[in-house]
Amino acid sequence: MDIRLEGISHSYDDFEVMRDITLDVPDGQIVCIVGPSGCGKSTLLRFIGGLERPKAGRVMQLGEPPEGCLNPLTYIFQDFALLPWRTVAGNISLVLEDHGIRGAAARNIIDDVLTRTKLTDFAEALPKQLSGGMKQRVAIARALAVKPAVMLMDEPLSALDSQTRELLMDDLVDLWSRQPFTAVYVTHNLAEAVRLGHSVVVLSRRPGQIREIVHIAKPLAERGFGDPDLDAQQKHLWQLMRDEARAADAELLNV
Amino acid sequence: MSEAQGKSVAFRGGGFAPKAHRWVSVMVFVVLIALAEWGTRSGWISALTLPKPSDVLTTFQELYSSGLLFGHLMPSLSRLIIGAFIGASVGISVGVLIGLFSYIRSGLVPLVAAIFPIPKIALLPLFVIWFGIGEGSKYALIAFGTFTPTVVATYGAVDNVDRTLIRMGQSFGLSWWSIVRKIVLPGAMPGILSGLRISLAIAIILLVAAEMLGAEYGIGAYILEAGSLYDLERLFVGVFILSLLGVIMSACISLIERKLLGWRV
Repeated sequence: MDIRLEGISHSYDDFEVMRDITLDVPDGQIVCIVGPSGCGKSTLLRFIGGLERPKAGRVMQLGEPPEGCLNPLTYIFQDFALLPWRTVAGNISLVLEDHGIRGAAARNIIDDVLTRTKLTDFAEALPKQLSGGMKQRVAIARALAVKPAVMLMDEPLSALDSQTRELLMDDLVDLWSRQPFTAVYVTHNLAEAVRLGHSVVVLSRRPGQIREIVHIAKPLAERGFGDPDLDAQQKHLWQLMRDEARAADAELLNV
Repeated sequence: MSEAQGKSVAFRGGGFAPKAHRWVSVMVFVVLIALAEWGTRSGWISALTLPKPSDVLTTFQELYSSGLLFGHLMPSLSRLIIGAFIGASVGISVGVLIGLFSYIRSGLVPLVAAIFPIPKIALLPLFVIWFGIGEGSKYALIAFGTFTPTVVATYGAVDNVDRTLIRMGQSFGLSWWSIVRKIVLPGAMPGILSGLRISLAIAIILLVAAEMLGAEYGIGAYILEAGSLYDLERLFVGVFILSLLGVIMSACISLIERKLLGWRV
């Protein structure tokens, strides 16, 4: 299933935050969205998943979601959004219960996604017992459980320390290599963008517009920490963004 | 700075971290009672000011052996439980509705604010007219008194539920009812339970008030009768029973909190 954004514009009262964004997210690819703070990247992601409505333009799903898909557009949040009163397994079962999946069927799915995220031993742990990286892996497991057509990732690694971030990036690459998924990945971290993105969309500062779309041909599995090609790409992205980021930083925040 | 005279850094953290010392509370009670006993025995405190704790204990034993203790306790407990149950359950339901629906919130929050400061005791005659001199008016008074603080605590607790968790529920396509049941209610539980602590204490206070009119048996009736006769021993026995009820209730809530809120960091 592809996602197409058609002429999306948005404003709060008279305050224009986004102007005419048209973008295609092709099936089986990770599209990273980067941009200076306040350019509306997270807002754009909420439009894609239907959590917010843009003032103009529309988001289209092209084609049918794959067989067995319970929740085509599934988020992974920056702050994990796990229910603290449910165990790891309970948090995953939460999103299955409403689809009438209980008992043995639910247990099969939960076991499967916990194995894929290497969390099998922690099924009965409460979120408060887990480190940040593990919490985010639980959130990824929960997202996998509903077999999404498109994953909408809102700065999923930004709340983690840099070592954990590296490990989780490797995990995401592994997951994708074993079974390619479609994702829109919002981040302010250019290293994450060049590591995980098949294409990187650079947004300008407010009002957010697409400045450039950079395609990175190198296969995900061959990209590593400190890869010189990626460094060059990252430098190019940073040059695109630097002036925007500086100007955005000097603006008054009245959102 | 030539001479490197070392000086260890003074510790200035610490404190502001309450810890449980059970024996301290027991000691406070023991010391206070021992002081009262010693004072009344030595005549330092006159018998008119304070009854001897040992006399209070004897009176309590008499009450127990005469079988009247349960004669007073049972009607009071049933009034307390039924009244507080009605008040708290209606309070929690209305509080959740206020928390969830803007129209109900706009309509009821000012009403609750208007009802809250009314001393419910002042309404007792009204309740007697509405619900009769029997048990009805007593249930109503206690229920009404526990209702308002429960409502305020509950809708505050619902407001404080983490919105990102609710958005998460919506993003996974959970139904409205699932979100309320599995995210909003458990998330509001800490606030609801701490509100319940206050409401139940108010229920005990109102129990005595409710038994001022038309009650032959009951802890409140027992205290009021003793009070009007200036029988301080019996008055203190009654007060002691009420305090004990309060402590037991608070312990019950602590137990529920430990059971239900073990997930809290």
